[in-house]
Amino acid sequence: MKVSLFITCLCDTFTPDVGKDTVELLERFGCEVDFPAGQTCCGQPAYNSGYKSESIKAMKQMIKAFEQAEYVVGPSGSCVHMLKEYPKVLADEPEWAKRARKLADKTFELTQFLVDVLKVEDVGSTFTGTATYHPSCHMTRLLGVKDAPRILLENVKGLNLIELPMKEDCCGFGGTFAVKNSHISGQMVQEKAEHIEETKADYLIGGDMGCVMNMGGRLRRNGQEVKFLHIAQVLNTQ
Amino acid sequence: MSIKIGHKLYAERIQDGLNNAFMRKAVSSAQGRFRSGRLKAAEELGDWEDWRTLGEEIRSHTMENLDYYLHQLSEQVEKRGGTVFFAETAKEANEYIQEIAKKRQAKKVVKSKSMVTEEIGLNEALEKSGCEVVESDLGEWILQLDEDPPSHIVTPALHKNKEQIRETFRKKKGYTGSDDPVELAAFAREQLRQDFLEADIGVTGCNFAVAESGAITLVTNEGNARMVTSLPDTQISVMGMERIVPTWEDLEVVVSLLTRAAVGQKLTSYITALTGTRLEDEVDGPEDFHLVIVDNGRSKILGTEFQSALHCIRCAACINACPVYRHVGGHSYGSIYPGPIGAVLTPLLDGYDDHKDLPYASTLCAACTEACPVKIPLHEHLIRHREIIVEREKMTTKAEKMMMMGFAKWASTPAAYKLSTKMARTTLKPWTKEEYIEKGPGPMKGWTEQRDFPAPSKERFRDWYQKREQRSDQ
Repeated sequence: MKVSLFITCLCDTFTPDVGKDTVELLERFGCEVDFPAGQTCCGQPAYNSGYKSESIKAMKQMIKAFEQAEYVVGPSGSCVHMLKEYPKVLADEPEWAKRARKLADKTFELTQFLVDVLKVEDVGSTFTGTATYHPSCHMTRLLGVKDAPRILLENVKGLNLIELPMKEDCCGFGGTFAVKNSHISGQMVQEKAEHIEETKADYLIGGDMGCVMNMGGRLRRNGQEVKFLHIAQVLNTQ
Repeated sequence: MSIKIGHKLYAERIQDGLNNAFMRKAVSSAQGRFRSGRLKAAEELGDWEDWRTLGEEIRSHTMENLDYYLHQLSEQVEKRGGTVFFAETAKEANEYIQEIAKKRQAKKVVKSKSMVTEEIGLNEALEKSGCEVVESDLGEWILQLDEDPPSHIVTPALHKNKEQIRETFRKKKGYTGSDDPVELAAFAREQLRQDFLEADIGVTGCNFAVAESGAITLVTNEGNARMVTSLPDTQISVMGMERIVPTWEDLEVVVSLLTRAAVGQKLTSYITALTGTRLEDEVDGPEDFHLVIVDNGRSKILGTEFQSALHCIRCAACINACPVYRHVGGHSYGSIYPGPIGAVLTPLLDGYDDHKDLPYASTLCAACTEACPVKIPLHEHLIRHREIIVEREKMTTKAEKMMMMGFAKWASTPAAYKLSTKMARTTLKPWTKEEYIEKGPGPMKGWTEQRDFPAPSKERFRDWYQKREQRSDQ
């Protein structure tokens, strides 16, 4: 199976390890992974801030970059959901909307692809430690990926998973919200950090790097010793 | 009151909210109760998603045919002895009601809970005409005594505790008892009983008007609406023009959704349906009944991409699910309609000038959309508002516009993207310490005020990938 990796601009720039783990995981299950170098950002920062015409420029670039792909897989529910919104956003340009539809239909979030397409529930990994998982809002509510991360994590040997209190609550990231409404965002992520503390977990696992950076950044600011990881980093262990 | 509350700017209101630790604790615990109540009630009902779909269909069908159902409703109300008045504006609605008060030489008006009367500022209008206005819903009565503007559309006093309420009763009504809720409620009941008996006019809102019969239905827990509508000789019900269902069957669906989504109840203590004036063989009910149907900007929403905002059944499930509301409280929205639905409705009804910040007071986490019993895509409406604020109203800063234009260029030009991500680490070097930025420059400031920002990686993913490809080629 040929898979084109949609790295997301955050993982490309800040956490390349998440990309490496994603590639290796997909290869573990027989995928042939390529990386279309023309990919940039999905356009969400502009789109969610109301700059639709600016975001469309990013979207068209992404559509071009992945035109040849058989499957597109990305380690982010939020960015993958943005790709899936392209046909709606480009509705006024029928030609582009058609190309956008093709992209949307072949794009999957990593855990969704593993469980729903590759039919893998146990990746055969071992990760020793106590962890809690934050289910990101866009991944669960908008993309509808609720069970896949849990199924995969529950099958990781050595991993003691503790339920995060109020786990459905947003961590306060919200893209530009974290900067524009930083005071509210700060209180939201503080509440999340307190819930993480309650679990006494050593690791915080998330499926979206934006949320993980937000929560991780606050944990570090608070001096909390919880390590934070993307789910791909946990799944790609031996 | 009108839709807008007070004159403080958004940033000040937010700061006030965030600094009010007491309010935040009260709101957070109330939200928790309502939220778990809603989820439990939905589970008990079973097929919740099917009910939501049905609710959405009923609301959508009604809005598509609103002219027809309004016509049917007014015919039915008049057939049963009532008078219908269509008010295009708040002013028209108030003037009509003032005129009735004048004719009846009314001195006292009792009210049951109604957000639309807050929206049009009816209390102030009636007070100007020399009437004493008494809110009879317990929460609303507390707010009225406290001169506190609305901060929640269903449970108005959720941000207050019993000690505060005792203080209010002491100061304003000479209460001398304890802060025991039963004793407090008994005192309120005793005080209000007198008001019911003395009132010349009873004013209610309207949860739903049933078009096929002309009935006005009220969903309450305290029974006060029954007193409001059975004791005074004149009854005036005020409804937003979208608060209508075609049939009794449809009413069953939307009320089932409303009580569960609002407070986690299967049914409220009272669901009252009032049809027309007192008949000759009846012992109670008004001699005179007026239904005031308020447009006040609603018809402008019809036929637009925001039409589904009119589907709202005012349950506040979105407010109770919203993590932003939890931290800032209702007053921060500066509108009588707070929370996600408030952020959607307020700019539609009252314009962007005073409310352009509201659509941004959301992380777009979609907890509101998920909670809505009639499936209004609230978070998508917030994005549409943002588009209008940016592209049509041009209300954003130049700096932001420049940044977003830069973003578009960057994200549509792979060479620019590659160069900038390569340079990112070096560019941020002066602010970086131990692989983190604790005090960032420019647009990063908001982020680093609240949490640390990671330094860009030494090697990007694409560099690693390229090297790996080269290795495998050799």
